[in-house]
Amino acid sequence: MAGQTLYDKLWSQHLVKERDDGTALIYIDRQLLHEVTSPQAFEGLRLANRKPWRLDANLATPDHNVPTTVIERAEGNAGIKDPVSLIQVQTLDDNCAAFGIEEFKINDARQGIVHVVGPEQGATLPGMTVVCGDSHTATHGAFAALAHGIGTSEVEHVLATQCLLAQKMKNMQVRVEGELGIGVTAKDVVLAIIGNIGTAGGTGYAIEFAGSAIRSLSMEGRMTVCNMAIEAGARVGLIAVDDTTIEYLANRPYAPSGEQWEAAVADWRGLVSDADAAFDKVVEIDAATIEPQVSWGTSPEMVTGISGEVPDPSSASDDTVKRSYTRALEYMGLTPKQKITDIRLDKVFIGSCTNSRIEDLREAAKVAKGKKVASTIQLAMVVPGSGLVKRQAEAEGLDKIFTEAGFEWREPGCSMCLAMNADKLGAGEHCASTSNRNFEGRQGYGGRTHLVSPAMAAAAAIAGHFVDVRQLDAQPAAQEA
Amino acid sequence: MRKFEREQGLVAPLDRANVDTDLIIPKQFLKSIKRTGFGVNLFDELRYLDEGYPGQDASQRPLNPDFVLNQPRYQGASVLLARRNFGCGSSREHAPWALEDFGFRVVIAPSFADIFYNNAFKNGILLVPLDEETVDRLFKAVEDNEGYRLDVDLEHQRVTTPEGEIIEFEVDEFRKHCLLNGLDDIGLTLQDEDAIRDFEAKHRVNRPWLFRDKAPA
Ligand code: SF4
Repeated sequence: MAGQTLYDKLWSQHLVKERDDGTALIYIDRQLLHEVTSPQAFEGLRLANRKPWRLDANLATPDHNVPTTVIERAEGNAGIKDPVSLIQVQTLDDNCAAFGIEEFKINDARQGIVHVVGPEQGATLPGMTVVCGDSHTATHGAFAALAHGIGTSEVEHVLATQCLLAQKMKNMQVRVEGELGIGVTAKDVVLAIIGNIGTAGGTGYAIEFAGSAIRSLSMEGRMTVCNMAIEAGARVGLIAVDDTTIEYLANRPYAPSGEQWEAAVADWRGLVSDADAAFDKVVEIDAATIEPQVSWGTSPEMVTGISGEVPDPSSASDDTVKRSYTRALEYMGLTPKQKITDIRLDKVFIGSCTNSRIEDLREAAKVAKGKKVASTIQLAMVVPGSGLVKRQAEAEGLDKIFTEAGFEWREPGCSMCLAMNADKLGAGEHCASTSNRNFEGRQGYGGRTHLVSPAMAAAAAIAGHFVDVRQLDAQPAAQEA
Repeated sequence: MRKFEREQGLVAPLDRANVDTDLIIPKQFLKSIKRTGFGVNLFDELRYLDEGYPGQDASQRPLNPDFVLNQPRYQGASVLLARRNFGCGSSREHAPWALEDFGFRVVIAPSFADIFYNNAFKNGILLVPLDEETVDRLFKAVEDNEGYRLDVDLEHQRVTTPEGEIIEFEVDEFRKHCLLNGLDDIGLTLQDEDAIRDFEAKHRVNRPWLFRDKAPA
């Protein structure tokens, strides 16, 4: 018999029951809750007179709607100007208090984007099933946890039953072998993967990211890769357990300790695909071919290397592609064959659950150190993923590097990733963004998002346009402003 | 979910085909954090003369006197009669929430849109598909007789008119079972409560670190 994939193992470890209709009941170890997708779930419980099945499986924090300026945050919830946002955050507080669910409130140092907070606390552990009413829950798969986003009625279902009705996915392996070039980061790897397989390439699959280049990534980098599995069409991204995983988790507040730690580590060591496991699909990518990436269009697959150019729709292979390229270029205000390095920017956003961890901020700070944001950039902001990331960055003096260079240093939250709070792009503005989605209007009505790594975003802020971060030192233009 | 066994209710006629979910509950009301309270905005565009927005005091809004649900003779209706393809459009569950919150427990029409069909049953609303000709007759009967009520019996799958006519209808066995027993998806899963508890007990023994009775200090 062929061996099992990591996904197969996680699935069978949580299978409560298979039903005749092909669905299965899967036991859920961890549910993360935030203010946007939970209110109706809690109300549903209340209406049906139900209680959460297991309180300690849940952890909540507000993130999407929280303001990120210091002044607003000083006021706590009262600093939220938009009444709808305020009600959502307040409702989360009320629901958590009423049902007894642990919450990191707006001004708790541990508050932050759910997908940053879970791993940082050790609340995401290898071998867990993790759900959250948010599609970027795939992030947690970096820990060999079976993690995916769910809808609000499923949030209620998990609260009430500790189970999810699910269907088994197919197995895909994406192998990135070889060494990544200097200046090439996890974000570039995942953008290159999406550019390669397309935004629907992973539909119906759980993708396991493997290969020496993936293994060489830190946990932060692995989270960046798994985070964007959803942009490749897959609800689940996974990376096998190794020493990096285990070292990251040691001494985290919610991770086991003492004897239990030893037992857990022994168990986690098995969370890898068997050597003879069969995948339904395998994609191989040579790490050496990946250069820093920049998205030029309105879908994450519309991406190219920094040395590349905007495509010419007229040379597209088929009509559908041609039409979507034409439409994207029109929306983005770009011309065919324009060099990526000629794209000028208005704003720069470093943050989001893709790239707001300490390592991301370090990479950006390294580039920004001793330089100045170009005068043509109206706003360059750095939004740490959690209060603890912020604290750590400040301890390392990164905040000073950013503010001296002319970046704004903000309070943690989702911020301009989806512009649900006050941080938004104006119509027509180009933004170098470390987030994960470049859809039309995602960062504000008419806003034009270019997805890049933190180092590339910082370099673009300094230059005022995209530049190859690898050539930065050799490029005096980067310092001109 | 509320059980549904039988409804002897006043019938309100909505003489339209392709009633879509936007008509049932316009999109500006989807921002709410609740799943109750949508009843006042059910058919908002048809019911009021002004444009609705969330959080308004509905009692201050000008009603459209021509709209059927505003007419005194249909107050308290719990059975909605409509034309074909009822519930087409988006997948918003707010549509059945609004119908239910308003007080409708049954919708009778020649056909229903797919997603709406699922969503309605999930939220305790019985959808009764009857052929065009029968629906037509019912429209006429409702029109002609003030206070026209129908007796909808799910167990026996029949609608009885005030004249004593019995009209049989089809319903999926599984959905019928769920409605009769008040089982929503959660209720259904909880039928496997023992299996979940057994699994959980074993899981706790195998991987105790996944369970912590107290949050870390
Ligand atoms: S940072 Fe962006 S993608 Fe991530 S959870 Fe927040 S809104 Fe969603």
